[in-house]
Amino acid sequence: MKPAQKLPFFLLSAVALAVLPLVLQSHGHAWVRIIDIALLYVLLALGLNIVVGFAGLLDLGYIAFYAVGAYLFALLASPHLTENLPAVAAMFPDGLHMPIWVVIPLGAGLAALAGVLLGAPTLRLRGDYLAIVTLGFGEIIRVFLNNMDMPVNITNGPKGIDRIDALSIGGVSLGEPWTIAGFTLPPVTLHYYLFLGLVVLAVIASARLNDSRLGRAWRAVREDEIAAKAMGLNTRNLKLLAFGLGATFGGVAGVLFASFQGFVSPESFSLQESVMVVAMVVLGGLGHVRGVILGAFLLAALPEVLRHMAGPLQAMTDGRLDASILRQLLVALAMIGIMLARPRGLWPAPEGKA
Amino acid sequence: MSTARPLLKVNHVSKRFGGVHALENVGLSIQAGDVHGLIGPNGAGKTTFFNVITGLVPADRGHFELEGRAYKPTAVHQVARAGIARTFQNIRLFGDMSVLDNVRVGRHVRTQVGWWQALLRTSAFAREEAAIVRDAMALLDFVGLADQAHRTARTLSYGDQRRIEIARALATEPRLLALDEPAAGMNATEKVALRELIERIRAQGRTVLIIEHDVKLVMGLCDQVTVLDQGQLIAQGRPEQVQSDSRVIDAYLGSAHAAYEAPHEQPADDDDAEIEDDDEDEGARAPEGGRS
Repeated sequence: MKPAQKLPFFLLSAVALAVLPLVLQSHGHAWVRIIDIALLYVLLALGLNIVVGFAGLLDLGYIAFYAVGAYLFALLASPHLTENLPAVAAMFPDGLHMPIWVVIPLGAGLAALAGVLLGAPTLRLRGDYLAIVTLGFGEIIRVFLNNMDMPVNITNGPKGIDRIDALSIGGVSLGEPWTIAGFTLPPVTLHYYLFLGLVVLAVIASARLNDSRLGRAWRAVREDEIAAKAMGLNTRNLKLLAFGLGATFGGVAGVLFASFQGFVSPESFSLQESVMVVAMVVLGGLGHVRGVILGAFLLAALPEVLRHMAGPLQAMTDGRLDASILRQLLVALAMIGIMLARPRGLWPAPEGKA
Repeated sequence: MSTARPLLKVNHVSKRFGGVHALENVGLSIQAGDVHGLIGPNGAGKTTFFNVITGLVPADRGHFELEGRAYKPTAVHQVARAGIARTFQNIRLFGDMSVLDNVRVGRHVRTQVGWWQALLRTSAFAREEAAIVRDAMALLDFVGLADQAHRTARTLSYGDQRRIEIARALATEPRLLALDEPAAGMNATEKVALRELIERIRAQGRTVLIIEHDVKLVMGLCDQVTVLDQGQLIAQGRPEQVQSDSRVIDAYLGSAHAAYEAPHEQPADDDDAEIEDDDEDEGARAPEGGRS
């Protein structure tokens, strides 16, 4: 695209993205909700893309950082801690209600710390071995959350934490309908704008990191670690940085998720979810930001679209085919088909720019 | 050409792989500004010596000095930072990256702008990126690949891939450039061009350590030659001295020439097949970008 065409294109996309939820919400909030969830997955996929795509470290426990962010916000923005821990209740008699500019950086920071802690013991591992250790880490976090209700109730175990406040920006809570100039925006739409803003930031951050000294160093480590070391690259620090920066995206997505749902429980952070995010990155095009966004949208939206196809199929077979199982089957078939037809992903990075 | 100041000085280097003495009490000193050849029959320990001084393989014993300062080759990236850059016998480029990006990675160790500056696109970032591109392009021009800068590295010819590797190593501003069999698999024309390139590198005042099988190339190019055989240093001196040394003729020149008919016995050093890779038939080796 020529530079002269770029500006109108961006303006058009911006207007389209701004109007999209307003159009969708008139057909029902469920549609906006689907887009919201898809945006969260885009954020996760972009973060994982830093680890898997840029630095080439196969991480199967990425959802753990999502969990870290979500639980952080759940604890800071719900009455759970004050109800269960008298000390906290004494310190914050009005309850913990942290503002957005504290919570989001905090979620990012905590996730980054978790990322570095996970990265440290895995530095010598590559490929399959790394995948297995990270998979274990992801499960550890989930099991941890599941069991941290005894002896001191911190995570409320499998019951999860509810009554989480929605984030609020400048006094406007995203959890309640907001009326501006006679136009009412429901919470799903308000969240949409916040998610969209952060996705845009994440896209810019990814692109800038990729096109920098650090991005090139990550690619070098991915291509040939020994040669990278021989060129003076400190592969240990580079990998830790990839784990840490990648995890921040997951942490932020987790905070948003907790605010959006108002409820978190360990089952939202299963291995299945980690695998799904990896699938989005691989399906879209490893290391290619646009491809990864496409992959995330497709895989997040596909099950919803197939929901409408599974119904008629179920009717045709007199209900012998269960809709939810059918949907999983169709998603799986679609993924196999795409990977057979385009093994480097739907929208891979151009040659030499990988 | 040689000055009295040794750039690299190593003493008493020993390395064993299981029962094989890959290196036994090897000492070597390289004068600044020299092209120093390291020759020896297959399995003599040349590549092991390279891997030891660059930190890829830890030595069992040894004392290492670069420019009069002791250094410990324990971490590979620190050796590169200290000023030793190397190429690999089986070319190890970043194959899917562009030629320019390969060389730009070489600049990494001499640049410092961090990730937060990359995120914010500060003016320091812009300045440094511009300098990196300028330096990398100058190096590509130096090795004669400026017009190939935007091609994917692995699509270039074998000889050109060697040149990228040399440009990438030079990008780290090495005090010592260590070339591991740079002429392996090259045809006669490419060898002439390679020799001319190494002479231009020497003319810039850089010191070069070169492992090479091509006796003609080594004898014509090097100021000093060290001969290893079965992990031991058997001769060192000017090319013409080494050439007439009877032990060298026995151990290397004679047997190496015979080796083309009948491969002589070579110690099995499969402990480290990943990096120690002394093939008999250099010509038949396929150009591979890098193995993972």
